[in-house]
Amino acid sequence: MNGRPRVAEDVWEGTNLLGVLREHMDLPGSKNACEQGECGSCSVYLDGRLVCACLVLAGQAQGRDIRTVEGLASAGVLHPVQEAFLEAGAVQCGFCTPGLVVATHDLLTRTPQPTTMEIREALAGNICRCTGYAKIIDAVHLAASRMRP
Amino acid sequence: MDFLQPATWTEALAMKAAHPDALPIAGGTDVMVEINFDRQRPPAFLDLTRIAELSGWGLDDGMLRVGAGVTYARLIGELGDRLPGLAMASRTVGSPQIRNRGTVGGNLGSASPAGDAHPPLLASRAIVELASTAGTRRLPAHEFFLGPKRNAMRKDELIRAFLVEPAQGPQQFSKVGTRNAMVIAVCSFALALEPERRRVGTGIGSAAPTPVTAPEAERFIEGVLGEHDMWQKPAPVAESALVRFGELVAAAARPIDDVRGTAAYRRHALAVMARRSFVWAWNEYRGAV
Ligand SMILES: Cc1cc2nc3c(=O)[nH]c(=O)nc-3n(C[C@H](O)[C@H](O)[C@H](O)COP(=O)(O)OP(=O)(O)OC[C@H]3O[C@@H](n4cnc5c(N)ncnc54)[C@H](O)[C@@H]3O)c2cc1C
Ligand code: FES
Ligand code: FES
Repeated sequence: MNGRPRVAEDVWEGTNLLGVLREHMDLPGSKNACEQGECGSCSVYLDGRLVCACLVLAGQAQGRDIRTVEGLASAGVLHPVQEAFLEAGAVQCGFCTPGLVVATHDLLTRTPQPTTMEIREALAGNICRCTGYAKIIDAVHLAASRMRP
Repeated sequence: MDFLQPATWTEALAMKAAHPDALPIAGGTDVMVEINFDRQRPPAFLDLTRIAELSGWGLDDGMLRVGAGVTYARLIGELGDRLPGLAMASRTVGSPQIRNRGTVGGNLGSASPAGDAHPPLLASRAIVELASTAGTRRLPAHEFFLGPKRNAMRKDELIRAFLVEPAQGPQQFSKVGTRNAMVIAVCSFALALEPERRRVGTGIGSAAPTPVTAPEAERFIEGVLGEHDMWQKPAPVAESALVRFGELVAAAARPIDDVRGTAAYRRHALAVMARRSFVWAWNEYRGAV
């Protein structure tokens, strides 16, 4: 879990990974807004692949490498993607933000300089009810320019 | 509730035989919605994600044999050139998060009439491989779908793989929905040209109780192409024949009115998609000959 082994006790077999993160591991960054894979606010990495934590059965995650939004910032320093979201005004209520930050991180890892169309496609599974998305797309471009090697 | 996690295929079949009511779970993108909303409470889960055999693919006597656990993202990345129709359909499934987890095995398991993998599997005459401790059997995809969310899999069986020929010619897939992502198809259509065999394959989604083919439309357009020796000397197909092809595809559907669209709209859209898909595929063939 974010680079170190963690044990969760008393997890019901029908619980999803999102519940394990939030209720058993004190990692409430990943949000629960739909529990049906529609909103992306629970996006995390499972063995390096972007997934909805609400659709992973707890036992399926056992022994796997999980990285959550909490695992992106290091030692109190925000990740450039997080910085860019703040600066571009891409955060309003903030509920969608953790999922979008992880999804953007995934996009920029695979496609360091995405076009606007590529951004829209990559973030199609992340819903925001506040911003209207324009500032989110600005934030992704900004993060891409900052992270340019 | 039990959580069963077989490490091998043999172990999975033994567990399924011993616990026929255990619910298989692969990517979980259908199963977990049911569980999260308490619509299902199975006595046990049978997790298939640790079984290496299910997540591989390879050639089997000229056919591609693709493990039930191969995700849409991997299909697009690894098999997009050999299975272009299925890859096009896969690109329309959900979002990146869903494509990273969801599998064709799960799509077949759910057997939704709207499942996007089904029309391309039908159009390219795919075969579904089922197995139990009693043995393995292979069913043509069109015999696998029995009704809305009902398939031919027995309680002691699991889906091992699907088999399909690498594309023999151009393939197409179209889907109608309210957005470019995250939509259940209002209706969908897949087409596969097989120039060597002089055949045209079709698949219709979300417009009948199961995914279906349009055999009359196939025979009709094969007749048109054959009559004018067009596979040898490809020329544009007459507009009247294209319209007729679309009508026959629409006639093969048995759509209903529901929240996503009316039966009349679905028929209309199918006719349009069929005609366009054929023209796209045929132009690609003409360009390649
Ligand atoms: C937000 C969202 C968007 C979606 N969008 C689309 C879309 O655009 N198009 C589309 O077609 N679908 C869509 N789906 C549905 C789903 O993603 C697909 O049906 C997917 O293919 C299911 O695969 P899975 O591996 O996740 O299946 P699971 O949920 O793990 O399983 C589905 C069913 O198949 C059974 N099963 C799975 N594997 C096997 C096996 N090997 N043998 C026997 N039974 C098995 C399970 O028991 C279950 O009944 C969407 C789902 C969500 C949540
Ligand atoms: S809470 Fe998982 S996608 Fe909405
Ligand atoms: S900022 Fe409120 S949902 Fe996106």
